[in-house]
Amino acid sequence: MSELNNSKSQSSLNTATTSHHEKWRLLKDAIMRRAVTVGGLSIIFAIVVIFFYLLYVVYPIFLSASAESVAQYPIPEESAGKTLFLNIEEQNEIAARFTDTGQVIFFEAKTGKTLVQKTVALPEGATITSVALASPVSEGAVIYGLSNGQAVIVKQQFKVSFNGNKREIIASIKYPLGETPLVIDDTGAALEKIAFKVADGAATIVAKTANKIRLTSIEKEQSLFSDEASLTRTDSFLDMPGGNITDILVDKEDRNLFLVSDDGSLSFIDISKKSAPEIKQHLNVVEAGQKITSLTFLNGDLSIMIGDSSGLVAQWSLVKDALNKPAFQRIRAFKVSDKAVIAINAEQRRKGFVTVDADGKMGIYHSTAERELIKEKISTAAPLATILSPRANALLFENADGKIHFWKVDNEHPEVSIKSMWQKVWYESYPKPAYIWQSSSASNDFEPKYSLTPLVFGTLKAAFYAMLVAVPLSLMGAIYTAYFMAPQMRIYVKPAIEIMGALPTVILGFLAGLWLAPFIEEHLAGLFAMLMIMPVGVMLFAFSLQFLPENVRQKIPDGWDAAMLIPVILVTGWFAFSISVPLETAMFGGTLRDWFKNELGIGYDQRNALVVGIAMGFAVVPTIFSIAEDAIFSVPKHLTTGSLALGATPWQTMARVVLLTASPGIFSAMMIGFGRAVGETMIVLMATGNTPVMDLSVFQGLRTLAANIAVEMPESEVDSTHYRVLFLAALVLFLFTFVFNTLAEVVRQRLREKYSSL
Amino acid sequence: MMKTWFKSGSPWIWLNAAAVSTCLIMVVGVLGLIVARGVGHFWASPIVSMSYQEDDGQIKTIIGEHVDTTVTPAAMAKSTGFKMAANEDVLIQYLIKTGNRDLTGSDFRWIQERNVKSQAEPADLIVVERREWGNFYGKLTAVKENDKVIAEGEKAWDVLQDRLKIALDLHEQIAHLEKKEIGAINYALEQLRLEQRGLELKNKWSAETATEFANRKAAYDVNYKKYQTELADLYQKVRRDSLIATTESGDELAIPLSKVVDIFQPNKMGLFAKVGHYVEKLSEFLSEDPREANTEGGIFPAIFGTIMMVIMMSIIVTPFGVIAAVYLREYAKQGFTTRLIRIAVNNLAGVPSIVYGVFGLGFFVYILGGSIDSIFFPEAAPAPVYGTPGLLWASITLALLTLPVVIVSTEEGLARVPKAIREGSLALGATKIETLWKTVLPMASPAMMTGLILAVARAAGEVAPLMLVGVVKLAPTLPLDGNYPFLHLDRKFMHLGFHIYDVGFQSPNVEAARPLVYATSLLLVLVIIGLNLAAILIRNHLREKYRALEG
Repeated sequence: MSELNNSKSQSSLNTATTSHHEKWRLLKDAIMRRAVTVGGLSIIFAIVVIFFYLLYVVYPIFLSASAESVAQYPIPEESAGKTLFLNIEEQNEIAARFTDTGQVIFFEAKTGKTLVQKTVALPEGATITSVALASPVSEGAVIYGLSNGQAVIVKQQFKVSFNGNKREIIASIKYPLGETPLVIDDTGAALEKIAFKVADGAATIVAKTANKIRLTSIEKEQSLFSDEASLTRTDSFLDMPGGNITDILVDKEDRNLFLVSDDGSLSFIDISKKSAPEIKQHLNVVEAGQKITSLTFLNGDLSIMIGDSSGLVAQWSLVKDALNKPAFQRIRAFKVSDKAVIAINAEQRRKGFVTVDADGKMGIYHSTAERELIKEKISTAAPLATILSPRANALLFENADGKIHFWKVDNEHPEVSIKSMWQKVWYESYPKPAYIWQSSSASNDFEPKYSLTPLVFGTLKAAFYAMLVAVPLSLMGAIYTAYFMAPQMRIYVKPAIEIMGALPTVILGFLAGLWLAPFIEEHLAGLFAMLMIMPVGVMLFAFSLQFLPENVRQKIPDGWDAAMLIPVILVTGWFAFSISVPLETAMFGGTLRDWFKNELGIGYDQRNALVVGIAMGFAVVPTIFSIAEDAIFSVPKHLTTGSLALGATPWQTMARVVLLTASPGIFSAMMIGFGRAVGETMIVLMATGNTPVMDLSVFQGLRTLAANIAVEMPESEVDSTHYRVLFLAALVLFLFTFVFNTLAEVVRQRLREKYSSL
Repeated sequence: MMKTWFKSGSPWIWLNAAAVSTCLIMVVGVLGLIVARGVGHFWASPIVSMSYQEDDGQIKTIIGEHVDTTVTPAAMAKSTGFKMAANEDVLIQYLIKTGNRDLTGSDFRWIQERNVKSQAEPADLIVVERREWGNFYGKLTAVKENDKVIAEGEKAWDVLQDRLKIALDLHEQIAHLEKKEIGAINYALEQLRLEQRGLELKNKWSAETATEFANRKAAYDVNYKKYQTELADLYQKVRRDSLIATTESGDELAIPLSKVVDIFQPNKMGLFAKVGHYVEKLSEFLSEDPREANTEGGIFPAIFGTIMMVIMMSIIVTPFGVIAAVYLREYAKQGFTTRLIRIAVNNLAGVPSIVYGVFGLGFFVYILGGSIDSIFFPEAAPAPVYGTPGLLWASITLALLTLPVVIVSTEEGLARVPKAIREGSLALGATKIETLWKTVLPMASPAMMTGLILAVARAAGEVAPLMLVGVVKLAPTLPLDGNYPFLHLDRKFMHLGFHIYDVGFQSPNVEAARPLVYATSLLLVLVIIGLNLAAILIRNHLREKYRALEG
């Protein structure tokens, strides 16, 4: 700090003559000192900001849900009968209460103020014996089964209109099949249980009367000659006793029917042919002694969540079995409570669900992620009716105390968990658990598959093949350049290889994808032949030099071997490619590519790991070469001269003295090269098919974390789970390279200290 | 003998030498490949006319440019489904650019050499570069003015030249009117709308302002009408002439001259004419806008965008990089903190560029840009101004990315300034900052220059982060134009590297666009290698200088 003292002592010397100007100079000095310090420290700040910003975006996906009570109020129009079920519209403004007397009361969800009361037209004297909502719930279709064997279908509607900037929602009900009740059972037996699906004036209704299960289908048939459509009705009975059936579900495709009985068994019936329903499967879904207490479709209707009296909620899904036939299978279960699960509400847009147990405890779960997001006691006794809002951000339930409670739920990112990102997950309609990355699709009930494993796998695979190409080339090159090469040649070779590192990767990627990939596809055998022939050719050439006359050999300058080898390599390379075709025809009876496919069953993608390996190897060579060369070159000369003086050959000196001393530097060069290969984006983006498969084969494509970000980031919605998962991928890359680079840096600094002490 | 040779270890040395040679061959090979493919694109290659026997035995004429030849061994050809005679060892195929995409549906065609019955290069074949549908190859038969033939046969070519000149001139006027004049009016109208919205939001919108705005708008509308009539007139004129040509199959085709960029007869050209044509095409490539989804025309907006972005980045990165280096070398106590900062800088250099892109998108674009929009541009809502990727954010992101390069290089330069110089300055009574500013920094300036050049080279070639923070495949307007405030930092821009990716991989007609991508790559490589060589030269020069100082 001699400079510091200088300036201070100088200022004290000049106190006598301190003028305005002098003060200003000192002030300037002090200000600049501060400014520069702040500027310098801001570099650390920048890296910290990057890290924390990434973390800040990522961490909400690991947060639990939260729920809080917003309001509670007496049941609106309590005199209109007991509640069968509740409903709420998307904006959480209007809720509806369906009563056992056929009344529909629309009320404000936040205050309980009755807005409008509608009466469903029921025939004289009939009472409601059963009720059901059609799947998906968002369509708002409801069926009432009556005591006289008839049924009424209504549809509730929430019309949203904008009056200036004010949103208005108007609730109403309509009858999609007309106001006249449908006669289901002509004998007039009460419909004890009912389920249905209605669409475009057609309907499928499944009802239980006494001990029979009846399937009624009403189809619209367009007449050939006129515009009139006639309704055709088919009735059939299921070939099974229906006495103990407790619940019926019809999926939204109108294709599968599920019956649940009080002994805990589930029947799976194919009703795609309405006149001939086919019982596919009959199986027990709960443990002995337990009862099914609740069930519902998970969004998309591919799985059923079954809650039982032991507090277990199991997800049963249609899975293709060994014979490729759809069969029902339990794919996961949640231990929700010790008490019976009395209600399960599925989210309407995600694969999540809400459970309520007999103790009044509510839990929010996500099936794919296998996460319990929250568990909270919402009531002292079992709630009578619960409903989750369409956006899954509000919960409405009626309690035994005669009040309706309105809760807000905050559950932004239930879709991912550590397990769903890194372990195998059993997705709906997959035969077994798998690692899959498939982030989005057009459909609303798509199950997002956020497994980072195939991406990490692809990243490591690409980096591995790149290192396989780059490490031998660059290290051997570095050894020769640093130790054996003539200095006059070295001053040209080193910058030439280093300039390779400055080539934009987009150009390497472009050449790899559009030139190298088709080239390798055509000359695969040539490439392999070259790998074998070239070293042999080099050896033969070197060996044959020995037989040159002594005076000629003397004239070959020392350390120019690499220059001499260029024609040799070119000739052997050309030779390898030219003999490859006759060779592969002779040995494999066709192309090598076909042979791999037919004999070994290894498929060939044009843009594959081999292409990436070569192209990215090319990009990594300069990095490793430059650092390793520096490390080898700066090994102190007295070590090598000592070794040579003791009689070791140059190669022995190289292998046992120089390499050993420089090994930390070489190690750090490889680490930095690996870090670069892991984060490289453009080459992999352009030279692979970007398919997130997990296949070690060198002839298959891959998708890396970096390429995945580049492909999906521009299309992902800000602050969605997908967006945050992509940030997580970036964070993983950041941490990965951070660790590798820091390690390499520390090793390198140690090496520098070692050299200076030698 | 063999044994002793192996024992001496020299085979291993030879193998190591082979690795160096391989690296060198790869470097030279890649550069050579880009040069070979990139340079040829603008050369007027001859048009061949072949009589070709189709698979069904018919003889047809094929006119086009010979682009590529492949030689496939008989065995391989057989396995891909070609019938090979016993005496044929190889299958030779030509790739012919036949053009006329509007008639045949494709630009290229593979044909087999053995089916070519005869081949010639008639001098009267013409190539028409069109604004739509790619090139046309055929024979000129007549020139028409408003459906009336004005020249035929021999005379047609000369008349056509004159008429084309007129049409191109008109086209330029139209482009100028549409882009410059009408573009300016549109911009002004949009500004007016935003101003009105801004006043409304501030509750300052009144009857007076309303009339004032209506007047301003009316003024613009008058101008707009004027330009519209001018434009309609020009369009009328440019549509007047057309040329009639026959295709390879003998069909006649009328091509309006308004759709023509250039017409030439490569088979008639001598060497000088071809060189002239080459220079013309090259300058077109560098100075014109792209056409046909970027697969044809020039790359001027991409060059311009890259340069703008690099300049902005340099303005941001230089002061920060230099200040950080000065802090590390001149002010900070060498110890734990500086070590930490050096490791941080090294790490910053090693972080994958796509991570910068993600950070830039999330932090700069959405957070900073979003805040700027809500504070300064509430009138533009819901359309974002700075809350969307653009030039400013791309520049800042790349400045962050290249910061380590500048820091490391500047620090190295500062370290090389001999201590005696600093001490001399301080001893003469200069304060520390004066010493730095007047002696040390000027001496280290070549090192800063080196760092900056390397940073520019890196930024010019980087694509991945730019894809997230501001680059687009086709920007309708340049970030710098004649409309106040002239420099539009919020606009998206085009970039050479992204242009290569986009045209090479996402264009509908990759085969036709390929030469263009090679040419673009060549340009980018030349720029980047040039910058790097400059940096190396400056560095070497600098070393020499200090060696002299120290001695």
